[in-house]
Amino acid sequence: MSKIHVQTTINEEATEFLCEPRESLLEVLRETLGFTGTKEGCNDGNCGACSVTLDGVLIDSCLMLAVEAEGKSISTVEGLANPEGLHPIQQAFLEHAALQCGICTPGFLVASKALLDHNPEPSEHEIRHWLAGNLCRCTGYDKIVRAVLEAAQTVRASA
Amino acid sequence: MKDFEYCAPKTLREAVALKAEKGEAARVLAGGTDLIVQLRGKRFAPDRVIDIKNIADVNELSYSPRKGLIIGAGVPCWRVYNDAEIAELYPGLIDSAAIIGGIQIQGRATFGGNLCNSSPSADTIPSLMTHSAVCNLIGPNGKRKVPVVDFCTGPGRNVLEPGEILVSLQIPGIKKNTGAHYQRFIPRNEMDIAVVGVSSQVVLANRGKEFKEARIALAAVGPTPIFAAAAGEALAGQAVSDEAIAAAAAAAQSLATPISDMRGPAEFRTHLVGVLVKRTLEGAIARARGKFVANAVQEAAG
Amino acid sequence: MSAGNGYKVIGTRPVRHDGVDKVTGRAVYGGDTRLSGLLYGQVLRSPHAHARIKSIDISKAQALPGVKAVLTGADLPKTGDTIVDLGEGPARLKYMSDNVLATDKTLYSGHPVAAVCASNVHIAEEALDLIEVEYEVLEAVLNLREAMKEGAPQLHPDMTTQEFGEDTGRTSNLATHFQHKLGDPDTAFASADVVIEREFNTATVHQGYIEPHNATAMWNADGQITIWTSTQGSFAARAQTGAVLDIPVSKIKVVPQEIGGGFGGKIPIYLEPIAAMLSKASGQPVKLIMTRPAVFESTGPTPGSHIKIKMGANKDGKIVAAEAYIAFESGAYPGGLVGAAAMCVFSCYDIANGLIDCYDVVLNKPRSFAYRAPGSTQACFATEHVVELLAAELGIDPLEFRLKNSATTGTRRIDGVVYPKMGCKEVLEAIRDSEHYKSAAPSGPNQGRGISLGYWFNVGLQSACTASVNNDGTVSLSEGSTDIGGSRTSIAMQFAETLSLDVDDVRAQVVDTDSIGHTDVTGGSRVTYATGWAAYKSALDVQAQMCERAAQLWEVEVDQVAFEEGVFSSGDKSYTFKELSGHLDETGGPVIGRATVNPDSGVGGSFAANIADVEVDPDTGKVQVLRFTVIQDAGKAIHPSYVEGQMQGGSAQGIGWALNEEYYYNKDGQLDNSSYLDYRIPTSLDLPMIETIIVEVPNPGHPFGVRGVGEANIAPPPAAMAGAIADAIGVRLQELPMKPSNVLAATQASEGQAALAAGG
Repeated sequence: MSKIHVQTTINEEATEFLCEPRESLLEVLRETLGFTGTKEGCNDGNCGACSVTLDGVLIDSCLMLAVEAEGKSISTVEGLANPEGLHPIQQAFLEHAALQCGICTPGFLVASKALLDHNPEPSEHEIRHWLAGNLCRCTGYDKIVRAVLEAAQTVRASA
Repeated sequence: MKDFEYCAPKTLREAVALKAEKGEAARVLAGGTDLIVQLRGKRFAPDRVIDIKNIADVNELSYSPRKGLIIGAGVPCWRVYNDAEIAELYPGLIDSAAIIGGIQIQGRATFGGNLCNSSPSADTIPSLMTHSAVCNLIGPNGKRKVPVVDFCTGPGRNVLEPGEILVSLQIPGIKKNTGAHYQRFIPRNEMDIAVVGVSSQVVLANRGKEFKEARIALAAVGPTPIFAAAAGEALAGQAVSDEAIAAAAAAAQSLATPISDMRGPAEFRTHLVGVLVKRTLEGAIARARGKFVANAVQEAAG
Repeated sequence: MSAGNGYKVIGTRPVRHDGVDKVTGRAVYGGDTRLSGLLYGQVLRSPHAHARIKSIDISKAQALPGVKAVLTGADLPKTGDTIVDLGEGPARLKYMSDNVLATDKTLYSGHPVAAVCASNVHIAEEALDLIEVEYEVLEAVLNLREAMKEGAPQLHPDMTTQEFGEDTGRTSNLATHFQHKLGDPDTAFASADVVIEREFNTATVHQGYIEPHNATAMWNADGQITIWTSTQGSFAARAQTGAVLDIPVSKIKVVPQEIGGGFGGKIPIYLEPIAAMLSKASGQPVKLIMTRPAVFESTGPTPGSHIKIKMGANKDGKIVAAEAYIAFESGAYPGGLVGAAAMCVFSCYDIANGLIDCYDVVLNKPRSFAYRAPGSTQACFATEHVVELLAAELGIDPLEFRLKNSATTGTRRIDGVVYPKMGCKEVLEAIRDSEHYKSAAPSGPNQGRGISLGYWFNVGLQSACTASVNNDGTVSLSEGSTDIGGSRTSIAMQFAETLSLDVDDVRAQVVDTDSIGHTDVTGGSRVTYATGWAAYKSALDVQAQMCERAAQLWEVEVDQVAFEEGVFSSGDKSYTFKELSGHLDETGGPVIGRATVNPDSGVGGSFAANIADVEVDPDTGKVQVLRFTVIQDAGKAIHPSYVEGQMQGGSAQGIGWALNEEYYYNKDGQLDNSSYLDYRIPTSLDLPMIETIIVEVPNPGHPFGVRGVGEANIAPPPAAMAGAIADAIGVRLQELPMKPSNVLAATQASEGQAALAAGG
C-alpha cells in the first residue's frame, strides 16, 4: 500500500508524517518521529506503557492506527516538561522514588496528568482506579500513588 | 499484520458502498481496541479497513423520553459515562461502560464495537440485552432494526450481512420503578475479561415489593452472550424475596453452558452465575427503589 | 538531610542521577536504539510443545521484497558437547545454543526455529509466514509429576541423570538428584512429640517485566560486533553470545542500554546471537524486539514445583527435625533452580537434623530461569505452612514459635553453611513490635491475618569500578552493573560517603564491556553490596593518590598527609578535596581510582517477613488484601527509598504469585495466557499501600554493613497470604496460585468434610 500523509499536532507542534495504514500511532511516534519516550510493553492495550492523550483523552497509542491521528492533537511524555522545568508530576515521581526500572514511567506520567486534568483532587482509591490500566512490575504502586497524591496538591496550590 | 487500504468515509452511504464492495474482506473500525489486536494476531487479514468515526450519525449520543437513548456506534465509553443525564437514567449501562478495560481503553472502546465483536464475554452485551436495546443497521438494501438479543450468533459471529454496518444502538426510555445492574466476576479488580458477567433489569410494582418484569442476561457462559429470558420471566408477578431471587439464579444457571479455560473452570463459572444473578438482582431492585448503587467510576469516587 | 550513624550521605534520599532522563522520556532503553540503516528482525517460533524439525524451507521468505536475511539453527556454529560455565554453573553449550534457535527438536511451544530481518518490522513478520517448517509432532509432557514418571515422553534421549554427583548412565527427564543432610533426622523425628507432613504444588510463573526482551547488533566488516541490549549483565551477555557464536569475547562489545525490569529473567540471552548473525548476513545493524506473547511463551518462567515438607518438634516448642522433598521444573533444558531452593527451604530456622532431597526435571516448557530469590518463594510457601501447623498443634503463638526456632549467628544450615551475624531474630522482633502486628487483627466476617518469614542468601561475585577525578573536584564514576532500580545512585553514595563528597558531585554511569573490568550480573542482590564495595575501594584508591599529590605539593612524606571529613592536611596546611583537585595538572595529571572486588566471604543474607490482612469473598473465593507490611534486614540502607522500593516491589510480585499468576497451557501444550490480559499481575487497584519496616543488622562483611535487599522480600508473601486466608475462612491452601476458583473449591471441600464429619 502506498503511504498516507497525516497532519496532526504533537505536543503542541504541527507535525506531519507518512505512514502505512497498518502502522500504529505508537510505531509512528517511536520509529518515524523519534518520540521514543512512549514505550511498548505489550502492544495489545493491557499495560499502558504507550499511554498518550488524544485531544485530551487518555488512550493507548498501540491501539490506534497512526492514520486515525489526522487532524488530532496528541500529547506524549516528551510534552510534559517545559523550559521552566519539570511538570509537578515528574518532580513528584523523582522525589518519591516512584520509579525503579522506569519503563512504565512515561505511561504513568501521561496517565496521571490526564487524571489531574480531569480530577484535580483525586483520592487514593480514585488514583488506583484511574491508573489500573498502567502496569508496573517494580514498585508495588505505593510510591507512585503517593507521588500522584502529592503532585495533585502541588498542582492545586499553583492553580 | 498484512497492510490494508484505510478508508475514512464521511457518510453512511459511502461507508456501506465501501463495505459492500469488499464484503468479508472489509472490516469496520470504530474504537479499534479489539480490531487492532485481532489484526495483529492475524485473526483477520482484511484488504480494507473502514474507519466510521468521521460519520456524524455514528457519533450521536442523545437522549429523549420519546426516542430513548441513542448511542452511535463510534461513541467511546467515556462519553457515555461522563454524560450526567445518561448516567442518571441508565446506571445499569454505565456499570458496563465503566469497566471495559482501563481508562485508556474506555477512551476508545465503543458499545457498538463491543457488540459487533460479538465476544461471549462482552461486558456491554448483557446490559444492552436487559435494556431491550435495538441495533440500527444500514446496508446495501437499506436500514433495518435488530434487537440485541438476536444479534450474536456465535463467538465473534453475528447477523451483520457482508455489506452491513451498525449505525447506532437505541435503548428505550426507562419506565418507572425500573432498576438495572451489571456485575462481572474477575480475579483482579480491573483489566480482566469477565469470567462471568450478569446484567439484571427489574421493573417493580406494588411499592417495590413485587416484580412486574425482569430481564436477565449472561456473559462468558456460552458461545454467545445469553439472554436468560426464562429466568427473568419467572420472576414476573412474584413478591421480591430471597427465594424468588434464588430461583431466578438457579434458572439462569440452568441456561449457562460454560467451558473451562484460562479464565476459570466450567463448574466455577456456573457457580458464579448464581452468585452474580443474585447480586445484580439485588442491585437492580435497590436502584428500582431509588437507592444508590455505585458503579466502578462512582466506587472510585468513594 | 542528616543520615545519622555518623554518615553524611548514606541513609539520605537524593534524587537518582538518571531520574530526569527517565521522567522526560529521554532515557534510552534497548528498544529505543536507533542506528543508521537499521533493519528489523522477527523470530519464528514453534507452535508445538514437542516436535522434531524435519525440514525448514526459507526460500519463499528470502524472496519477499524487503527481506535482507533469513536464519535458522543450522546457521549457528556446531557446539558439540562443550561444557561451559558462564556464571550459572556448568551447562552444555548445545542446550544454550538450541534454546536460541532450535536445531533438531523444538521442546516447548514458542521455541525459536528461524529468524528474519527486513527493512521494516511488518515485512519481517510477513516473511515469517513464508517460512515452511515441517514438524513431526511428538508427545509432550507439561506436568512435573508426569515428567518424572517412567515412560514419560523424553525430551533429551541422551540426557542421563546425575545423582549425588555421579552420572547414573540412566536416561530420563530427571536431570539431577541431590541431597543435603545434617545430623540424624530419622532418630530426631522418632523422638519428636509432634510431626507434621504436608504436600504442596506451585504453578509456573513469569518475572513479568514490562519491557520485552530486545537486542540490536552490528557485525562490522572487520569482525567486531557491537550489541545494544537490555540485559542484567553486559558481561554475561557477552560471554553467552561469544560461546554460542564461537567467537572470542574480545570481538564483542555489549552496550547495556537502560533496562525495563529483569528480576532474573534478563540474565540469559535470547535475541543477541540472532541479531548478530542477521547483521552479519545483511551487513546492516539489526534490531529485534520480542512480542509480548513471545516473552511469556519463550522466556523467563520460574519453576513450578512439587514439594513435601515434614517437620518435627518437641513439646517445649523446639523444632528437632525437618525433611524436604523438592522437585522443580527446569523447563526444556536442565540446570534449574532447585539448588537455590535447597539453600532456603529451612534456612530461617535453627534445626539440628534434616534432609533435603532435590530433583531437577525437564519438561516441555521454556527453560526455567531465576526470578527474584529463585526457589525461595516456593520453598517458603511450603515450610511456613508446616511451621504454622506445628505452632498450632503445640499451642504456641506462631510468632513466638518462630522466635524460639529462629536461625542466628552460628546456626548451621542443613546444606552446611554456618551463619555469620544475621538479622533473622531482629526481623521477627520487628514483626512483634510493629504497629500493624499490635493492632487488632481484622475481625469482620471472612477476614484474617497471616505472618511469614523468608530468606535469601545473596551473592557476592565480581565487580569493577573506576573513578576519574575532575579538576573541579567532581568525580566521574564508571561501573558495569546495569541499573534497574537506582543502583547508580546507591553506588555513587558509597563513593561520596568514603571521601565526604556531595553525592551530586559523583556522577555514576554504567558503561559498556570495553570500558570497565568484568562485572557480574545485576542479580543475587549483589549490586549495592559488591559494586558498592568496589566504589568504596576505588574511593580509597583516589584518597591514597590524592594524599600523594598533597604530599608532593607540600613537600612532605605521604604518611604525613591526613585525610579527614573531606579535607587533606599536613601540619597547618590543608586543602579541601575540591581545592586539591585543582592542582592535579601540576602534580602529574589526572587521578583515576580503580578497584575490583570478588567477595567470596562476607556476603550477608537477608531475611524478610510479612504481616498480611485479607478478606475473602466466600461466594467467589476472591481474596482482597486489606493491609500488608513487609519487614526486611538491609544491613545498612544506603538509600532508604530504594530499599523500601525493593521491599514493596517484591511484596507486590509475591502477592501476584500468591493469588493469580500461573502459566495456563492447553491440551496441545500451548500457552493460553501469554498476555497481560490473562497472565494477571497485580494492578494498582489490587494492592493497598505496602508498609515497610527496614531492619538494620549491619553485615560485618561489608564496609558499610550492606546486605542486598533485592530478593528476600518475594519469599514470604504467598505464605503470609495463605496464613491470612486460613485465618479468614479456616482453610489453609497447599497450592499456588490461591486463585478464586481454588479458594472456593477448597472452601467447599472443607465444608463437605465438615458436613460429612457432622453427619457421620
